[in-house]
Amino acid sequence: MRKFEDSTSVDFVIVGAGGAGGVVAKELSSAGFQIVVLEQGPYLHEGDFEHDELKFKDFDASPFIGQEVLTNNHALQPNTHRKAENDKAVMGAFVTYGRCVGGGTVHFTANYWRFHEIDFGERSRWGPIEGTGLSDWPITYADLEPYYAKAEWELGISGLGGASPFDPPRSKPYPLPPMPVKSSGVLLERGARKLGWHPYPAPMAVLSQAYQGRSACQHCGFCEYFGCEWGAKSSTLASVIPLAEKTGRCEIRPNSYVRKISTDKNGIVDGVLYFDARKQEHLQKAKAVVVCANGAETPRLLLISKSNLFPQGLANSSGLVGKFFMADLGSLSLGTFEHPLNDFKSVRVTRVVHDFYDSDPKRGFYGGGGIDARCGFYPIGFALDGLPPDALRWGAGFKKALQENFNRTVTIFAHTTSLPLESNSISLDPDIKDAWGLPALRVTYRSHPDDFKTMSFFRDRSLELLDAMGALRKWPLPIEDVTSVGHLMGTCRMGNDPKTSVVDKNHRAHDVPNLFIVDGSSFVTSGRNQPTCTIQALAYRAADQIARLAKTGGIASSS
Amino acid sequence: MSTGDSSRRQFLLSSLSGLSSAWLAPRWPAILAAQEDAKHAAQTSPGKFQFFSSQDAFEVDAIVAQIIPSDDTPGAREAHVTYFIDRVLVTFDRDKQSAYTQGLKDLQLRTQYLFPGVNRFSTLTSEQQIQVLTAIEKTEFFELIRVHTIMGFLAKPEYGGNYNHVGWKLVGFEDQMMYKPPFGYYDAEDRKGG
Repeated sequence: MRKFEDSTSVDFVIVGAGGAGGVVAKELSSAGFQIVVLEQGPYLHEGDFEHDELKFKDFDASPFIGQEVLTNNHALQPNTHRKAENDKAVMGAFVTYGRCVGGGTVHFTANYWRFHEIDFGERSRWGPIEGTGLSDWPITYADLEPYYAKAEWELGISGLGGASPFDPPRSKPYPLPPMPVKSSGVLLERGARKLGWHPYPAPMAVLSQAYQGRSACQHCGFCEYFGCEWGAKSSTLASVIPLAEKTGRCEIRPNSYVRKISTDKNGIVDGVLYFDARKQEHLQKAKAVVVCANGAETPRLLLISKSNLFPQGLANSSGLVGKFFMADLGSLSLGTFEHPLNDFKSVRVTRVVHDFYDSDPKRGFYGGGGIDARCGFYPIGFALDGLPPDALRWGAGFKKALQENFNRTVTIFAHTTSLPLESNSISLDPDIKDAWGLPALRVTYRSHPDDFKTMSFFRDRSLELLDAMGALRKWPLPIEDVTSVGHLMGTCRMGNDPKTSVVDKNHRAHDVPNLFIVDGSSFVTSGRNQPTCTIQALAYRAADQIARLAKTGGIASSS
Repeated sequence: MSTGDSSRRQFLLSSLSGLSSAWLAPRWPAILAAQEDAKHAAQTSPGKFQFFSSQDAFEVDAIVAQIIPSDDTPGAREAHVTYFIDRVLVTFDRDKQSAYTQGLKDLQLRTQYLFPGVNRFSTLTSEQQIQVLTAIEKTEFFELIRVHTIMGFLAKPEYGGNYNHVGWKLVGFEDQMMYKPPFGYYDAEDRKGG
């Protein structure tokens, strides 16, 4: 791997080696640019991952365990949370994200849904919604479609194009056939068809066959929350980051915690200040910077990077950096079945329903979503959180419930919209600091009433589905405001007007000509809470635009 | 001697022959220490507790055996859960030591209160033990030991519990690097055109 000196002004510094940063690094280094990627987490490899629920699973539900190996460490990087701007924020572990090379794509479930055409123009279709910032995107599905295809083919996605009547148009099929159906998928398919719905094979960022020198999935089952020991999950760690390094123009620099984006006297970005693993400070010089630090850390970094020229924070003349934060909402309903499913094997999800994807005015509220069926638990997590609500908590009855239910329980997981509200935000906590002395991330978040109605609607559909699947018994988990968020969206929204958005449609900050922002923060709306595919399609598109601008002298840099 | 006593004795004397010898060196000190510690203990002094006195170990073993009892299938006792908890308390959950010290003290007081003249929970009959635990089941200590029991029953055996995979066998879980479809009943049925 190529190494650069801090004093060498590289063409681009990319902040964050995750789902977006990995793609941008590969694209820009392949286009001939010199790249340094600063990643706050460690550089782990397949050999570092294990089938070990105690080590890897983040038990946010339990106060007793949680090693946070692949994700941010809340002891070192505390969050605070409040529901409204007038409340005092309290300490919590509200925001969780991938913190290693590959970011969240290392431990994610690997659901890989494209957005639909409607996602980019819901404001025009449905009109304004009071109290929200529902807006159209400055790009359309057609603008992004070639990059969805590119993401699917470069990263390695398994699926069956056209299998869903609700699928948006696609220029190419999936490069790999769908994963073999599991028992939860068979049951979902049977139940959904009985109800007249249209289940289809889940698009997954996991290789169903060997692809581009990588191994096919061996169905070991340690997928969600875990790093793939086979390299079969299509994380940027397994797919494009090795290609970026092979160009000889890209250095991935792990354990590098960025504390400020530096600007010159003209307001042009000239480098990035960061701490190395020993908390020594460095300044990596750069001609331009691409921030891919995720929908929470990106706005936090911009707000921390305030200066005399940028008193509200970098790229924040609109005052909207951190605003319109959208969360991963949904509903969970569980059911038990007569026979053993062995759903602990293979990928989490094999069948999906998108019949209720679009918002429907007849329902009386805005919102839509998609539904999957999955096992949802590893053994310890199941014993703590997966039993029926009336199960005993200890003793012979508890043991019997474990024995009977672990292998016979299906979770119906509905993924739903989160409306963009200006009052929901990421900001800097005025009191709490992280272990590096930087202001802690403060979350202000409360779901819109329509978000709750959508979740309840999907809970009701999920319970109908469980009945149609033949569940022996079923129960929903309560619909309540989220207490932890992993899909971080909307905090530097893209748009054409610098007064109402942070980046333009090419992901360039309106206020800073050589600063680009590409990750979930660019989202204008939340889709249906499966953001990774769209984050990566945006990253491919942004990289194209950035390379074009750079090659034509369209990016100013500090002299 | 009852079968309960003999299995307890077996547990206290047993060595951890199920430990994996091939262990990749990871970077996470707490868990690494937990596993190395269990392995080291197994090699040098099998069954020796590092945190619990042998008297405490009997008390804890009686509690975990009520949380996941042994009946026609193995329970927490056969999974060596007490051994697991002892390891946990000298490694990644070191900060829970005082909760155990206090919790066991309170348990003794509760035992004496409910059954005057009896000093040790482990000497009560099973029905009496259930009565005592029911009285404390809402306490933080009980929840702590409940969670630790579940972990010790279902975690990787390298941590010292889930001995011979008895926890995994009970729930129907297996840990392998490879499987081939069909995976479960319904997808097998589907393949047959059912």
